[in-house]
Amino acid sequence: MAKKTYRQAINEALRQEMERDPRVVLMGEDVAGGMGSPGEDDAWGGPLGVTKGLMPIFGRERVLDTPISESAFIGAAVGAAASGLRPVAELMFVDFMGVCFDQIFNQGAKLRYMFGGKAKVPMVIRTMYGAGFRAASQHSQCLYSLFTHIPGLKVALPSNAYEAKGLLIQAIRDDDPVIFFEHKAMYDDEAEVPDEPYAIPFGEANVAREGDDVAIIALGRMVNLALEAAGQLEGEGISCAVVDPRTTSPLDTETLLEVVEECGRVVIVDEAHPRCSMARDIAAVIAEEAFDALEAPVRTVTAPHAPVPFSPALEDAYIPSTEKIAAAVRAVAGHPGG
Amino acid sequence: MATITPVVMPKWGLAMQEGTVVGWHAAPGARVEKGQDLLDIETSKIANLLEAPASGRLRRVLAREGETLPVGALLAVIAEENVSEEEIDRFVEAFEAQRAREAPAAEKAVEPVVVEAGRWRFRLLEAGPGDAPPVLFLHGFGGDLSNWSLIQAALAPRWRTLAPDLPGHGGSSKALERGDLAELADALEALIHGLGLDRLHLVGHSLGGALAVELAVRDPERVLSLALLAPAGFGPDIAGSYIEGFLRERRPRKLRPVLEMLVADATLVGREMVEEVLRFKRLDGALEALTRIAARLHEGDRQRHAVRERFLALPMPRLVIWGAEDRILPSGHLEGLAPAVEILRLEDCGHLPQIERPEQVCAALERLFREAR
Repeated sequence: MAKKTYRQAINEALRQEMERDPRVVLMGEDVAGGMGSPGEDDAWGGPLGVTKGLMPIFGRERVLDTPISESAFIGAAVGAAASGLRPVAELMFVDFMGVCFDQIFNQGAKLRYMFGGKAKVPMVIRTMYGAGFRAASQHSQCLYSLFTHIPGLKVALPSNAYEAKGLLIQAIRDDDPVIFFEHKAMYDDEAEVPDEPYAIPFGEANVAREGDDVAIIALGRMVNLALEAAGQLEGEGISCAVVDPRTTSPLDTETLLEVVEECGRVVIVDEAHPRCSMARDIAAVIAEEAFDALEAPVRTVTAPHAPVPFSPALEDAYIPSTEKIAAAVRAVAGHPGG
Repeated sequence: MATITPVVMPKWGLAMQEGTVVGWHAAPGARVEKGQDLLDIETSKIANLLEAPASGRLRRVLAREGETLPVGALLAVIAEENVSEEEIDRFVEAFEAQRAREAPAAEKAVEPVVVEAGRWRFRLLEAGPGDAPPVLFLHGFGGDLSNWSLIQAALAPRWRTLAPDLPGHGGSSKALERGDLAELADALEALIHGLGLDRLHLVGHSLGGALAVELAVRDPERVLSLALLAPAGFGPDIAGSYIEGFLRERRPRKLRPVLEMLVADATLVGREMVEEVLRFKRLDGALEALTRIAARLHEGDRQRHAVRERFLALPMPRLVIWGAEDRILPSGHLEGLAPAVEILRLEDCGHLPQIERPEQVCAALERLFREAR
């Protein structure tokens, strides 16, 4: 076992699944790079080099550069999945997903249901999300709640390199369409990642840290900020549990509620806008199922209801920070209780 | 001259690079006695207590609770009242300067390698001089090579220590046809031959203990000595609920009480240890392999392996170590082994003597190895 980056972990998951199962194919814009034109083969491996090195191993038949037409290749991936392949499509930025909502919402998500279980769509859409990359409001959103809303889709949010490999392998082996969210600011983050293939089951939250006073439920990259905040707060005498749901669909409400009931105080950290968000959704589940266990109102730490700013200073202020998380924890910990 | 004693981050095991300070048992300025509980430290493998290395006042506490620091880092300073603050300042400064000079030259952590042997692939951690007598360590059901980390760290200066993951475990081949002792022994024989180990000391824990007996019976000439820790196959009883729980539970809070059965002191089971077992169980093929091995290992609370009689007939020097509080395989299975065989029964110790009582296990192993040379 060795330290690997989030990027390497994803690349390794793709390579091992392609070795294991010849039905797994990759498609997307410049997933190899250079197709159809003279020049260097495998020049890109996607915009941030995640799929680099796979085309030379598996060839043009299985690593397909597509035209810059998301609606076309996501539709093609749905069709390929429905007819026997297991495509992994890369849609650069989740912000561009809007042009293929019909393919995803009405076709991919519905076929198993509408054909009475006789059809299946074992497709993965890998996509980048999140702010902090100085990429402005059309390349920085956290749109996972949109996909979580649609029955028939599964949604994974790996919070580190270990999680990324195991959740992506599970996504590829899953018979339903999975939207796999990669935070673009995490590709160089390292963690211990086994060399062997392994799958992390969907719908099993990870209690990333145990604690008694406040439960911090955090999503994707926010898990790391929550762990940092919890480390600081330990020194102040506030013991925090940190829970990473791993997948927002399915959502492991059982584990979330267990930890909430033990702590009685909750902070939910979500990099997305607050309205109709996972933060509010989880807060509602807690209010319905664990109200009697609460010692303080549920607090959320989210981005504001505003587009991601291009100004670096404003962008930094926009993203939930360790300081904001710690402040929210102190607020719920200081609530007189009930 | 005034004595100033540094408290440093210990190195518990080969893989340990850093540790996290969980909590102090003494306040800054408090009087501490040598051997008294000083602080709790958690590593990626284990949570454990560090005892005060000397008596005196806890004059300086440098490591905060929750802080993660590298092995060798200065955590605190113990000194008597007559030592001045200035002297302590100078000591801390000199200590840090010395560490800064040594750090770049710090030994690299020993990393496991992957070796092929016949149709088997093994992940193997080797530590110690290549020309020293080899010692092969075989872990138990559901374990991996890291179970020997504390022992390997202590013995590596004098012995060539080799710890593989058993087939079906960790980074070794997962495909097993039957999962019985014979199949595991076939694989280990291929490894022993592949590594060219003509003469070796064999150490086995639990399932690895029964396996070590099987290997020694097959080729007694090759085995210089045989040491077993809480071996399987020495009596009828086994806690079937442990094996079943280990295989069944997928969530940390369900798995933790199962793992706590392994040790006398449940606080040894840290969050990271639970997480490591879950990570291991998620590896492709691991659960299938473990299920096969388990089916051959027990039926309810009855063991299916029986190696005791064959063990007693072996010619080489032998040692059996057992924790008195073992809740998986009872220490009562020790009865009737002495005096033909050296036995060591450890009080307040559960099923993992190599982790719960590493110093005593190491001392007993070295005595055995020296006697057998």
